[in-house]
Amino acid sequence: MAVTGKVHKYGDHIDTDAIIAARYLNTSDPDELAAHCMQDIDAEFVSRVSEGDFIVAGRNFGCGSSREHAPLAIRTAGVSAVIAVNFARIFYRNSLNIGLPIIESPEAAESINAGDELRVDFEAGSIEDLTTGETFSFQPLEGIAAELVEAGGLVPLVKRRLAQGANSRRG
Amino acid sequence: MTITEKLLARAAGRDEVEPGEVINCKLDLVLANDITAPIAIGEFAKMDAERVFDPEKVMLVCDHYTPNKDIKSAEQTKLVRDFAREQGIEHYYEAAGGGIEHIILPDKGLVIPGDVMVGADSHTCTYGALGAFSTGVGSTDAAAAMALGECWFRVPESIEVVFTGELGPWVSGKDLILYLIGQIGVDGARYQTLEFKGPVIESLPMAGRFTMCNMAIEAGAKSGIVAPDETTMTWFEGRSDRKPSVLASDDDAEYVRTVEIDCNRVEPQVSFPHLPENARGLSEVGEVIIDQAVIGACTNGRLEDLREAAKVIEGRTVAESVRCIVLPGSQEIQLEAVREGLVESFLEAGCLVSTPTCGPCLGGHMGVLAAGERAIATTNRNFVGRMGHPESEVYLASPAVTAASAIAGKICGPDEL
Repeated sequence: MAVTGKVHKYGDHIDTDAIIAARYLNTSDPDELAAHCMQDIDAEFVSRVSEGDFIVAGRNFGCGSSREHAPLAIRTAGVSAVIAVNFARIFYRNSLNIGLPIIESPEAAESINAGDELRVDFEAGSIEDLTTGETFSFQPLEGIAAELVEAGGLVPLVKRRLAQGANSRRG
Repeated sequence: MTITEKLLARAAGRDEVEPGEVINCKLDLVLANDITAPIAIGEFAKMDAERVFDPEKVMLVCDHYTPNKDIKSAEQTKLVRDFAREQGIEHYYEAAGGGIEHIILPDKGLVIPGDVMVGADSHTCTYGALGAFSTGVGSTDAAAAMALGECWFRVPESIEVVFTGELGPWVSGKDLILYLIGQIGVDGARYQTLEFKGPVIESLPMAGRFTMCNMAIEAGAKSGIVAPDETTMTWFEGRSDRKPSVLASDDDAEYVRTVEIDCNRVEPQVSFPHLPENARGLSEVGEVIIDQAVIGACTNGRLEDLREAAKVIEGRTVAESVRCIVLPGSQEIQLEAVREGLVESFLEAGCLVSTPTCGPCLGGHMGVLAAGERAIATTNRNFVGRMGHPESEVYLASPAVTAASAIAGKICGPDEL
């Protein structure tokens, strides 16, 4: 599956308070969360973003709190994937669990500029910068991470296990 | 093996594990709060899960927006409370007997040395101070953990952090962890475990160890840990009927890195906006005028922290331009603080003493900052907008430095008063 969209670029250590400030966490409604996505560091993001766009960032994207509201807000805002040098671990797990594609590619994260148009092919593991003509490849996910993405997140996986009687107390 | 590898191996039913391996572990506890549990409860239903794996092992603590600050938070808390009742979850805390999750779980003996657990809150790493493996996860992971009593982990590499020398005046566990994060950065231990050891840790009281493990996540770590010793076991005595498991790292355990810190060189620390890694010694702070001082949070809301602050504040007056907010970490701590006269000292000095809540730490309620305002806080994060307006600032410090700054109206140490 390939997706095309434009780039919203950020620096290192984009924390979960920047992605969705805690003052909005008195709800878990995805649309309400998406309306405040990136607000404290980029007040224009929500009005600029269109369906399919990409967030490209530096090191340690998603550091800070465990709030799943962060990847949820990003996904609901229309972002098709986050490309970064690397990710903070809870954000990484949360993204896989809810089905927000995330790509670790230091080369792409450094070279791609704000506003560039990208075409990302998740199966082929390729990122094409249509603005500059540069291409980057990334390692498709492996092991449990690949399993999660293939299943469409953690919910279907657990559902299957429970249906097989994983929780002996059940019923 | 390291203590962390031993804990994970046992929970996975294995003799040995190696860093990098992905394993499935049985969990001793699962935790969620009023922000993360509502999503987890929704996902739990989507999994077609009917009952939690063991109602004794699920802990639900409503502490972030409680006492509920508005209708939306009241609805969220109600959802969690109703779920706890339906599921027969006894360990539900909101008001009486409650407080901040990472303070009450150890204090009530609900998490014990040797446990392997997850919590839908990033500061779940606090319990490493007891020699438990505990790490933060998101709501869907917590839902899966509540349904299955299991969680997958990638076995983390361990970083050994050895603290030597002697602690100077007013230097506490908070200063050590801020200094360390200043040295290694906010991603210095990403995906790894920070194992704290050395003579200074051996003589550090439990409160300081909790503070240090609490902030392991601020270096990106999966967990922080201190191997249980006499201090741990003395503190733990009488708190639980469950049998603790006391493990230690082998002499030939492998570490990905060793960081040595000579504490003789560590002065009280202040982390400047907007990252915990911007730590500076007090002598390098310069003049920073403050509008608010916050003493409390899962980082420093323990009785020892309040005593440290009271020692500085007693007999003095909070600067006219400062709101100094004291938040005891739990109902029990608050009661003890009243009995010891700490609350009286705070009130006489002009502090506001609040009911236990995470409130101001995350800019939720009970002390939100306006544009251009500055706070010094014993909390753990100083990201943009963390305590309120995106143009406000948070400086992180120990209870002693925060208390002294409240008196002076600007950032300073107790000896400068």
